[in-house]
Amino acid sequence: MLTAGCEASPGKSQHMAQADAVRGKLAIERAGCGACHDIPGIRWPKGQAGPSLQGFGDQGMIAGRLPNRPDLLAAYVRNAPATLPGTTMPRMPLTPAEARDIAAYLYAASARR
Amino acid sequence: MSGDSLIPVLTPAGPYAGSITMLAWLLIAMATAVLAIVIAALWIAFAGSDRLKSRLGGSRTIWIGGIGVPVVILTVLLVYGLSLTRNLTAPVPAETMRVRITGEMWWWRVAYLDETGQAFMIDANELHIPAGRPVLLELESNDVIHSFWVPQLSGKLDMVPGRRNTMPIQADAPGVFSGQCAEYCGGPHALMGFVVIAHEPADFDRMMTERRASRTPVLGTGAELFQRTGCAACHRIAGTKANGTAGPDLTHVGTRRSLGAGILPNNRGTLMGWIGDSQAIKPGNRMPPYKMLSAAELEAIASYLEAQR
Repeated sequence: MLTAGCEASPGKSQHMAQADAVRGKLAIERAGCGACHDIPGIRWPKGQAGPSLQGFGDQGMIAGRLPNRPDLLAAYVRNAPATLPGTTMPRMPLTPAEARDIAAYLYAASARR
Repeated sequence: MSGDSLIPVLTPAGPYAGSITMLAWLLIAMATAVLAIVIAALWIAFAGSDRLKSRLGGSRTIWIGGIGVPVVILTVLLVYGLSLTRNLTAPVPAETMRVRITGEMWWWRVAYLDETGQAFMIDANELHIPAGRPVLLELESNDVIHSFWVPQLSGKLDMVPGRRNTMPIQADAPGVFSGQCAEYCGGPHALMGFVVIAHEPADFDRMMTERRASRTPVLGTGAELFQRTGCAACHRIAGTKANGTAGPDLTHVGTRRSLGAGILPNNRGTLMGWIGDSQAIKPGNRMPPYKMLSAAELEAIASYLEAQR
């Protein structure tokens, strides 16, 4: 807790214009992201086929290879194979707006801890 | 779909659920009235005037309020309730579509029956029906007691091993209606969901014709992996060598709205997650995790399953 103030504020670097974390949570539930990922704030499911996304906002890389930036994250959650060829995560049935909302949720949910 | 979404139980979408919902509201209203009377009586007992207490305290109140009024009300309610829900037990027309749904731990086997009672099409966890027509369900169980419940279409009826219970359902208009196993059946009972999709009758007939047409098997890596990794030992895909019947039939899995028995949306990602480690999603279900498969293999199997339509 004491060191929390020393971290770079995620709110600044990870601000998403016109994205809504609340809508993002609904989109996560609708698309079933939890089938593979343990996502903060999603009670069920907590799938284990993919990596846990707890604390994702503090993580440096997306899938260990892409810088964790809002634009890249939004592109990745919607169409991972095109954003990062060879990645495991498949393309998901999401609109660009939903993908931005989901990125906003992932940042907001890890910042809230 | 998600763990947080609730199935609407008081918004009927057909005649059978309609009469049950009507009766439910009547009972709720009457229970509210009884509660109000009891509260008023308590208030009189503690804070009422002596005159009121002595007027109500005699045996006459017991005879009227305790015996006379309940006998009249309950008799009227019984007669009204039985006539209101008469449609639930009324015989359905002989040409009514019949479907046998068998409860399994923790999913549903669905068999569409022809005029002779023989299954002509097998599916799982989802039921397609024509809107505006009754459909008679034959409810059975292969293991423990389950209970079939799609609140917007009909009542709740147990599926008892060794018995065949029948229940009619009907949706007045096209739509998607969620259901849930309503009798605790062990482990992941809470994750034993069901989906009914009601179509316009013409669309329904077209869909059934398409499904009954001969199928061209899908070939490729996914098909080969499906055989080689053991999927086919438990799952059947009509027209292929996959003939297992321990798990849900996957002949039409690509058209399903949901996975894991009505609990997850059906897309490439959820398919891969389910195949890779369904135990993390639905702990205790009878499909083992397939953590030895690579991402490419998972994706190949998922895309093979998406093609099963």
